[in-house]
Amino acid sequence: MTARSSNGRPWTFYALAAFFTLFVLFLYGPMSAIFILSFQGPTGGLTFPMNGVSLHWFKALVVQQRSGDFVGSFSRSIVLAIIVLAITVVISIMAGLAFRYRFRGATAVFYMAIASLIMPGLLLGLGVGLMFQFAHVSPAWFSSALGAQLTWTLPFGLLIMFAVFSRFNRAYEEAARDLGASPWQTLRLVVLPILLPGIIGVALFGFTLSYDEFPRTLIPIGSRNTLPLEIWAMTTDVTSPALYALGTLTTAVSFVVIAVALTSIAVIQRRRARRQRDRTPGPLGDA
Amino acid sequence: MRPQPLGTSRVTRTPYLLVAPLTVVLIVFFGIPLVLVVVVSFFDLDKFDIIPTFVLTNYAEVFGSSLTYALYAKTITYALIVWAITLVIGFTVSYFLVFHVRSVLVQMALFLLCTVPFWTSNVIRMISWIPFLGRHGLFNQSLIAVGITDHPLEFLLFSNFSVVIAYVHLFSLFMIVPIFNSMARIDRAVIEAAVDGGASRARVITEIVIPLSKTGIALGSIFVIALVMGDFFVVKIMSGGQSSSVVAAMSNEIAILQYPPAAANAVCLLIIVMLMVAAIMRLVDVRRELSG
Repeated sequence: MTARSSNGRPWTFYALAAFFTLFVLFLYGPMSAIFILSFQGPTGGLTFPMNGVSLHWFKALVVQQRSGDFVGSFSRSIVLAIIVLAITVVISIMAGLAFRYRFRGATAVFYMAIASLIMPGLLLGLGVGLMFQFAHVSPAWFSSALGAQLTWTLPFGLLIMFAVFSRFNRAYEEAARDLGASPWQTLRLVVLPILLPGIIGVALFGFTLSYDEFPRTLIPIGSRNTLPLEIWAMTTDVTSPALYALGTLTTAVSFVVIAVALTSIAVIQRRRARRQRDRTPGPLGDA
Repeated sequence: MRPQPLGTSRVTRTPYLLVAPLTVVLIVFFGIPLVLVVVVSFFDLDKFDIIPTFVLTNYAEVFGSSLTYALYAKTITYALIVWAITLVIGFTVSYFLVFHVRSVLVQMALFLLCTVPFWTSNVIRMISWIPFLGRHGLFNQSLIAVGITDHPLEFLLFSNFSVVIAYVHLFSLFMIVPIFNSMARIDRAVIEAAVDGGASRARVITEIVIPLSKTGIALGSIFVIALVMGDFFVVKIMSGGQSSSVVAAMSNEIAILQYPPAAANAVCLLIIVMLMVAAIMRLVDVRRELSG
């Protein structure tokens, strides 16, 4: 539109670019404050100014008992996130494939997934907790908390699979079938490789949403906390920069996971683009 | 799609087998718990023990207390304020990315920049406002340094203001992503035709961009409203205990094992959220947008 009609940028471009920049500052600014504060000196407090620079509070996480069970909750969170990732990827792909057919109950399953997504987390946790209480099963991070987290990651996975399949070119599938591939071969050798970037996206959501989840996990967690619950407990009773050190660490883990996922998607896309160039032009696959 | 003809029974069974795991997980961990919350809301309470019976006392308590109405009014006010702010941000940011950024690569990079915080911890992002907005926080210090004020502003932290700021910070992504998604699908030819026909920038926005991105707007609105209505931790921490919300009050009841009254409260909240979502869905067919 206006941006294309002339060579120069219209004034609205600069106004909107300024708005966007402010928004990005708003997103990242406060986070950077706690990253800096986590390197407070041993006598430093929860706010600026910095009283020296040190790794004191990071060491305190591992050593100090009153910061809680950091190592245990951290490893539990990682293991749980990997389990949630695996289940979310498999079930979302299957459900995504299912929704390409017309079947009875499709609308009902779809609305149940959306309802599960927008259900207030604490209420869902309450329900799951009650279910385990009535069944006389003690809640634990690998059972009740796992299930509660899946009600949050699976709908996201399903929505991403919808987006992925809506851009999927059926011609590849038909070609494979015409060449005599079995349905399973078509899926494994043609469909899944083409969808791989989207599947990595589902995995990224599965991992990070589980790793940071806490309203749904709070009630059905059982006796051993995950990391976000440990942090939640700290927000109310720890008044040292150890809290920020923990925040910096957990955000760093998230950033590593995000970087790995996005880099692998970028590598796949680039390799694909290169192959596309090397060959005669054919029908384009999904992006 | 027409699946390969393999024998009718297999063809018709395939989607059911594929969707079964999702359905089972959702029924077990969403459906049954939801039903249990409704059932327990009619149970009686003897100190800390749940007594399976059928009473309406929990609801009588909920509706009989003036505190309930105050909490709902507060929560709905938060939801509407945050909804309005995130809508403006979501629309403006998406509009900039879709229509003003020329390179697709830059567009994707900027979009990712907006989404990365979504994959990090909500609690950490929330508490990061505390050193920023506090009495001796960065914001007050810069205001004093610039000379706008000579004493720190007190209303910034542990107030309605900081609660709304944290909500907007945490939830605006839920508005940006769906709006961006539907805006990116708008056919540029339609807009160019309108511009060629002499439409002003404002008319292009009101008559083309807004109607064609309404499914994204609806979806984002559902997310943001449901998230604010269901929140308890932002209001607890960011108001410094001076404000509350429906679910925050409920979490206090749960902490002292008062499950039946908490469940009655939960049922009322769910009905209100469902009515709000249904109202939005009536205006816009969200499903068509989602399932392509």
